[in-house]
Amino acid sequence: MGFADNNRLLNVFDLRTSFSADSFALHAVDNISFYIKKGEIYGLVGESGCGKTITALSIMKLVPPPGEIVGGHIFFEDRDLATLSDRDMEKIRGDRIGMVFQEPMTSLNPVLRVGEQIEETLVAHKNISKEESKSRSIELLRQVGFDKTEKKYLQYPHQLSGGQRQRILIAIAVSCNPSLVIADEPTTALDVATENKILSLLKELVSGYGMSMLFITHNLNIIKRLGQRIGIMYAGRILEQNIVDDFFNEPLHPYSKGLLASIFGIKGNEKRLKAIPGSVPRLSELPTGCKFHPRCSFAMPLCREEEPPIREIGNEKWVRCFLYQN
Amino acid sequence: MGKMLSVSELRKVYEVKKTAFSLKKDRIKAVDGVSFELESGKTIGIVGESGSGKSTLARCILLLEEPDEGTITFSGNDLLHMGKHELKRLRKDMQIIFQDPYSSLNPRRKVFDTIAEPLLFHNIIKKKHVKEKVIEIFKKVGLDEDFLDKYPHEMSGGQRQRIAIGRALATNPSLLIADEPVSSLDVSIQAQIVNLFMDIKESTNISMLFVSHDLNIVRFISDEIMVMYSGKVLEMGEKDEVFYRPLHPYTEMLIDSIKGELFKKAKVDTFDFNDGCVYYPRCNSREPICSKEMPHLTGEKEHMVACFLST
Ligand SMILES: Nc1ncnc2c1ncn2[C@@H]1O[C@H](COP(=O)(O)OP(=O)(O)OP(=O)(O)O)[C@@H](O)[C@H]1O
Ligand SMILES: Nc1ncnc2c1ncn2[C@@H]1O[C@H](COP(=O)(O)OP(=O)(O)OP(=O)(O)O)[C@@H](O)[C@H]1O
Ligand SMILES: [Mg+2]
Ligand SMILES: [Mg+2]
Repeated sequence: MGFADNNRLLNVFDLRTSFSADSFALHAVDNISFYIKKGEIYGLVGESGCGKTITALSIMKLVPPPGEIVGGHIFFEDRDLATLSDRDMEKIRGDRIGMVFQEPMTSLNPVLRVGEQIEETLVAHKNISKEESKSRSIELLRQVGFDKTEKKYLQYPHQLSGGQRQRILIAIAVSCNPSLVIADEPTTALDVATENKILSLLKELVSGYGMSMLFITHNLNIIKRLGQRIGIMYAGRILEQNIVDDFFNEPLHPYSKGLLASIFGIKGNEKRLKAIPGSVPRLSELPTGCKFHPRCSFAMPLCREEEPPIREIGNEKWVRCFLYQN
Repeated sequence: MGKMLSVSELRKVYEVKKTAFSLKKDRIKAVDGVSFELESGKTIGIVGESGSGKSTLARCILLLEEPDEGTITFSGNDLLHMGKHELKRLRKDMQIIFQDPYSSLNPRRKVFDTIAEPLLFHNIIKKKHVKEKVIEIFKKVGLDEDFLDKYPHEMSGGQRQRIAIGRALATNPSLLIADEPVSSLDVSIQAQIVNLFMDIKESTNISMLFVSHDLNIVRFISDEIMVMYSGKVLEMGEKDEVFYRPLHPYTEMLIDSIKGELFKKAKVDTFDFNDGCVYYPRCNSREPICSKEMPHLTGEKEHMVACFLST
């Protein structure tokens, strides 16, 4: 456990994050384990409400109360973030770990010009002059696809379009050359052309600076283009971990198969889109056994009784499903 | 089929300071002379890159922001020349789903109240039936009763977005403007919500403006497509026309990019030019005339384009 493998930049181990109500606790993230290697993009994918954002916020130690990390470890570089003090964590956020938050408007300061917000991060963490931080900010704006960067530098968040704000957040996240970037749906509000630009930029940053990335998305197509490994999340758990190419050729978990089938493409003249039958279970009323069994067409009696353990399928591949138990 | 909405020569210019301490201002033409007509029961999909003016257009049509010029006629009413009172009455028929749901939901109000309030305010339902109705709306957008008592910050991004969708649909509007309504949702719920829009389209006479960067979904849901760039409409027409016979180089590029072809590096000139076509600096097929003036949108209603090379 811990730093067995030097190549792992982030090693999340049995992480559990809960929201406690009066009499019971809801586990939004329930004993998940995964790691991200140096220079790698790890895709975390799953349906709305499965716990992707709470996983990211747990790593940043920004889970909103009453939510809290109640168990597990988050090994990063040479420390366990789960037990780190707020003060030490502050030095890591923005500097060693950058984050692109899911809702851009709520994470930008409405009364500061966007250029100043990029500079602020730089000045807080790097020992550089005002001029340097300004020219670096303008360079970053150019990298995230703005043409008239000097002008954008002077604008306030409300003066920008949805996609422009998202790009500002990306600039802030990568400004200090962090070793890990957590990107929570960073391109959802972007048109295809801008999305392509941003994805190439992120790819460049990863290969050029050796950054690692946790890429959270519901869009499997992006992971196909961008990622090396993928984790499929459902009801607070990771149900499958796989290598991206193998995943698209041969997904392991029945849930993964459903997800792949519902990728939307233009075909024929369908009147309605395909969706996985059933819906995500409520956190307060999770089924017994495998959390996916009520929606699974392969469910067996055992699936209702016990939660399947992790089953290794090959190098860096595992699945939690009884279909693979023997 | 009557006209539900007609927009003519709409303009919105923003002024932003040139430098932090100067008095000089730059003018951003966010919406620059947009005209179109939306028939009742029809859906127009609006596509265009980030910053092209889609959200500004949406806000101006609903008068959430005052346009500088132009006219907006909704169901025969001239919106820009109406009394406050009359306008308020019309509000229930014109709904919007905002691109950024979090900032449009009241953080101090439980999501149940967010949806119940317009139902009660517009006398759509009696108080004693309101809970049933809200639960029914929650079901339609794929949320269960557990969420009734939650505050927006207690929900995930996609769950909040579905509250915003439910709120907009609650009053059975005749015009719905949906600004990137499904982009924060995963495929499965996206499918469910898009299907819900299709159901509503078929069972009512709703008219929609559907803004999305996902051309697949736009094509699925729309009858007509409008392509925006830099505040202007570059191409507009029936969806199959625009999809299978794109006339503008920009539309062609957009459609290529969903076929998986990578975004070609366009020529970009950084010089400022004032009179030419807005797409001139990035256009791969430009001619000398394109730098001289902006072409008008011309052609039959089924398919119009603003490009010298296509007309
Ligand atoms: N403050 C909170 N109090 C109670 N429950 C919460 C709170 N924040 C999130 N949750 C619940 O935790 C679960 C996981 O939420 P999370 O935001 O991680 O989802 P997500 O996978 O990011 O979804 P999306 O794709 O919609 O953004 C959801 O069911 C959500 O309702
Ligand atoms: N309040 C404002 N003040 C100044 N400029 C603004 C304001 N609101 C929008 N703009 C500018 O107007 C242009 C159009 O913005 P708009 O939000 O309409 O774009 P959009 O097409 O919706 O883009 P996106 O796809 O990124 O959401 C942008 O260049 C933006 O910076
Ligand atoms: Mg989320
Ligand atoms: Mg917008």
